[in-house]
Amino acid sequence: MADIPAQYAPPADIDVPRSRALMVGLVGLVGCVIGFVVDRDHFFRAWLMAYLLFLGIALGSMGLLMIQHLSGGAWGVFRRVFEASSRTLPLLALLFLPIVLGMGRLYPWTHADLVQQDEVLRHKAIYLNTGFFLARTFVYFVGWILIAWTLTRWSRQQDEGDMGVNLKIQYLAGGGLVFYTFTATFAAIDWIMSINPHWYSTLFGFIFVGGHGISALSFTIVASTFLARRAPMNTILKPSHFHDLGKLSLAFVMLWAYFNFSQYMLVYAANLVEEIPYFITRINGGWQYLAVFLVVFQFAVPFALLLSRDLKRMPQRLIWVSAALLVVRYIDLFMLVAPEFDAASGANLHVLTGEHLSHVFVHWLDLAAPLAIGGLWLWMFFTQLAQRPLVAFADPSLREALETTGAH
Amino acid sequence: MAHVEAVPSTHGLLAEFSTPGALLHAAERARLEGYRHVDAYSPYPMEELGEALGLRRSRVPLITLIGGFLGGIGGYTLEYWSQAIAYPMNVGGRPYHSWPYFIPVTFETTVLGAALACFVGMWALNRLPQPYHPVFNVSAFDRASCDRFFLCIEARDPKFERYATAKFLEGLHPVGVTEVAP
Repeated sequence: MADIPAQYAPPADIDVPRSRALMVGLVGLVGCVIGFVVDRDHFFRAWLMAYLLFLGIALGSMGLLMIQHLSGGAWGVFRRVFEASSRTLPLLALLFLPIVLGMGRLYPWTHADLVQQDEVLRHKAIYLNTGFFLARTFVYFVGWILIAWTLTRWSRQQDEGDMGVNLKIQYLAGGGLVFYTFTATFAAIDWIMSINPHWYSTLFGFIFVGGHGISALSFTIVASTFLARRAPMNTILKPSHFHDLGKLSLAFVMLWAYFNFSQYMLVYAANLVEEIPYFITRINGGWQYLAVFLVVFQFAVPFALLLSRDLKRMPQRLIWVSAALLVVRYIDLFMLVAPEFDAASGANLHVLTGEHLSHVFVHWLDLAAPLAIGGLWLWMFFTQLAQRPLVAFADPSLREALETTGAH
Repeated sequence: MAHVEAVPSTHGLLAEFSTPGALLHAAERARLEGYRHVDAYSPYPMEELGEALGLRRSRVPLITLIGGFLGGIGGYTLEYWSQAIAYPMNVGGRPYHSWPYFIPVTFETTVLGAALACFVGMWALNRLPQPYHPVFNVSAFDRASCDRFFLCIEARDPKFERYATAKFLEGLHPVGVTEVAP
């Protein structure tokens, strides 16, 4: 783009990670195509899990973008990273298509005969049916893409000197946050919770959204560390900016743990037949080690590390905590989805007849799918990042953050 | 003891600046000059000031951490003692030591312990409450909570020497330099 001021232009070598990501994505995609042919059940499950990881980064970034518009603060220097992540949503809408193709294998309530035999599913059919599911999914994506596109278009108008949008952005950010929280809750019910259609938990949507916060902040820290090593961001980003992201990461790690523990304790206390199977599955068959792993590495260790002020102010060290958190996020999604599937055949356990015990497994597609989606997603991210100035320099609320040494 | 400490005739010298940048610069210069008993006053918190003055890291975070630990251990112990030892009751067939039930209380007492330790620790380290401070003797100091920035080199500083220090402060281009009555 010709109209990007030179002092905020993306680094020249941004094409290197961009084309590498595309290559990784294509290699992963080849793997996924092979998986689709030879092992369709595992393919759809693995695709859903990997998909949810990158959707979480994009949606979480959109949420943080809206929070930043409302709250202000020096961490607005990361706005263009949040914006580039949110602008990957059209690609993610496209990558949702395999999940539509795989609905029959992923979601037991799509089987008419199963629903007929099951009193509970018969009553849930008014919500859990293919037509309504697809309509809801369509509404989610249209809403999310509209919010992301409008916010970023107005932000661009700000760059061009149009200060009339300043207040409009804030109004949209307020309404958009409400829309995001509601739709993400329903998306979590539709796409994850209904894999086990008997089970329900009212906190589930919040756990999903809390995880988005961890994913989005971790990715933003990693991407911004990449930018901070190059001109022009090496002179703009200060330790205090990373300190802010680190503090927010700590908050979201605690929030995720709080939601997850609340869900666990309420289910433990009530001990109801509709709720308890979810945890019985996940404390047996080898899943219990993964459960302990998540408590330690998605809560205890990052919590203890992120308490340190020095760590949060050193991007070269913080990046390792964030990169590890992204990996752990994927394992968390694995824990949400995979225990409901049969290790050998990859079929949904609630579709199979007879006694089938869930036990821990990992499939080669669990590596291929995140490579495919992650590669394509990163390519889209860098494409979007390269199209705009790296800082929303014209925003009056950011001018101070850019001028001072980063006090807030 | 019969020894009476000599009361210094002055608390120190107070320089007044109109911009935060000037105060920051002055604080740095004072530290480089070798002054150690220097204090700065500004209408709002300036993160960089601590570094410019060469202050050591605050011990409030450590005190807060210890308070949080004690609160958490105390809360869990209280739950364990009351539920499993003093008043064991069978609730829905759960074990007496049902740790998930103990976590909310443990969490609350952790926050309580940390918050109390933080509050008390901060007051104690700042020697608060402090109803009297010599800088209030300077009438211009009223603007420290409004739009002026002050640097005070205290008389207990070993390098403090009334005329040389005043001259040094004048060299930093302040709005004015005032002697502070003790």
